[in-house]
Amino acid sequence: MNGPPLLKVSGIAKRFDGLVATDHVSLEQNAGEVHALIGPNGAGKSTFVNLLCGSLRPDAGTIKLDGADIGHLSTVERVHRGLSRTFQMTQLLLDYSVLENVQLAVQSQAGHSFRFFKSARYDAKAMAAAMACLVRVGLCERAKVRVADLAQGERKQLELAIALAAKPRLLLLDEPMAGLSALDSQNMVALLQSLKTETTIFIVEHDMNAVFALADRISVLVNGRILMSGTAAEVKASDDVRRAYLGEGDV
Amino acid sequence: MRALRPALLALLIVLLLALPVLSEALRQPAAIGLATQVLIYAIAAMSLNLILGYGGMISFGHAAFFGIGGYVTGILYSHFAEHSAFLGLVPGTNDMLIVLPLAMLISGLMAAIIGAFCLRTNGVQFIMITLAFAQMLFFLFVSLKTYGGDDGLMMRRRDVLPFLDTRNDTNFYLVCLTLAGLWLAVTRGVVRSKFGLVLGGLRQNEQRMEAIGIAPYPYKLVAFIIAGMGAGLAGALMANYLRFVSPGMMNWTRSGDLMMMVILGGVGTLMGPLLGAAAFVILESWLTTLTENWQFPLGLLLLALVLFTNGGLAGLLDRLWGRTR
Ligand SMILES: Nc1ncnc2c1ncn2[C@@H]1O[C@H](COP(=O)(O)OP(=O)(O)OP(=O)(O)O)[C@@H](O)[C@H]1O
Ligand SMILES: [Mg+2]
Repeated sequence: MNGPPLLKVSGIAKRFDGLVATDHVSLEQNAGEVHALIGPNGAGKSTFVNLLCGSLRPDAGTIKLDGADIGHLSTVERVHRGLSRTFQMTQLLLDYSVLENVQLAVQSQAGHSFRFFKSARYDAKAMAAAMACLVRVGLCERAKVRVADLAQGERKQLELAIALAAKPRLLLLDEPMAGLSALDSQNMVALLQSLKTETTIFIVEHDMNAVFALADRISVLVNGRILMSGTAAEVKASDDVRRAYLGEGDV
Repeated sequence: MRALRPALLALLIVLLLALPVLSEALRQPAAIGLATQVLIYAIAAMSLNLILGYGGMISFGHAAFFGIGGYVTGILYSHFAEHSAFLGLVPGTNDMLIVLPLAMLISGLMAAIIGAFCLRTNGVQFIMITLAFAQMLFFLFVSLKTYGGDDGLMMRRRDVLPFLDTRNDTNFYLVCLTLAGLWLAVTRGVVRSKFGLVLGGLRQNEQRMEAIGIAPYPYKLVAFIIAGMGAGLAGALMANYLRFVSPGMMNWTRSGDLMMMVILGGVGTLMGPLLGAAAFVILESWLTTLTENWQFPLGLLLLALVLFTNGGLAGLLDRLWGRTR
């Protein structure tokens, strides 16, 4: 592939008090590729996602999207550059309906929301776009339900619908399968497969079946460091990875 | 039962419109004055509810804008009466059609300045800093001897309107009723608009709003300015009703009263502030006839109402007539 990679992270580091959560991580991802980040609990995967989307500021390193440095941009600015994320612990607007949650994301995409007198409900275009996102994740029948009344699995699906509404160039998914039933997980994998052609996916996930089914490239993060990066077959074959997952001194 | 709600609303409107006739028929001339105060406080409480109830910004300094609206009115009147000019530049006036918009404009400007600082904070810090700004203004007006200082400013007459004698209490009541109705309509429009959808989202989860590309600050600031303008309008009306303004209008206890009205009526509901203002003003006036130490029983009553209505009076009505479930 020519030109710069879609995402290029160089030497990014983040420290919480004494704890090094991200230890000079470098990583590249080309457009159209699915990149999975795996690693044990507390390895620093969510921290890395937070650094990418700007909710955390790195202590060192650079982040480039399409060759442009976005490290100094706010979360909001990064969203408008095409970076969209889902949360491991769902962050939803609980008093609003499922549809309203997505509608807001569509509205944000369409420009500013300093519109004071026309009812938000009358924007048929935005409603249709929001509905389309819900159809994709299989939540359209729940559109009018208050989010507070949703099951955990449904909330995960809604997270994805909201992220999709931003029409991202790079979609960051933090454990989208966690809390889903086996059937819902399968559906989610199928859905993400279908998304491959329209956006680039960076996924953090514990479900190895999902990772091996989806990822073109897998990076293994342990104690804030990339242990290895490779194809599914290479990762499966790696002794280092097995050791990291099974614990030290096991081999 | 939901069908009852429009009927109930219609009944309320009819009652409010017929109040002057009713108060005369029932020989309760004081009712007009009380109702006028209810409507004025309702405007102030509605404006606070926009940021507190819908936007989740717990401002403990809202009376500042109420007081500014009052002082714009009082100061313009005093210059009008003395044939002098504010800062030697702006002549005074007693024309309500100039005073009310100007009171809103200046309250809005002050809200923009104060909000620009306060909205950089969150949570308890926000509560404290809004309180601090309001108290600063309170003490500024206490020390402003040119405009009466502690004693405040008297107005000999109410501001005037063309074609309508505002000295007549019924006429002034109808002016307040019209403006309260308009402010309710404005609030209803705003909370249902795209802006309102964003505002409610910010109350629920700012992190989520940023993640979809919406920066909280400008939206919160604009809501804060709109709320300041509403309180300024209410303050200007109150100055006209009492024909008196004093620093007490912007004291922290007044901010507390406004908060109480919102909570009592129902946080984040359209009719709540009106109900809350009515309950507050009526309870207060009833208790003052019973005892000199009316604050304590009022506090107890309000506390009980808040605890036992769950969601305020609007919530209570909803459960009685509105929602099934
Ligand atoms: N805001 C924070 N302040 C202090 N420490 C933090 C903060 N966020 C994360 N940490 C710590 O950083 C380390 C990495 O956390 P992180 O959430 O990134 O792990 P993770 O790989 O996503 O784990 P999991 O698989 O459980 O989601 C953990 O030890 C965590 O306790
Ligand atoms: Mg995590």
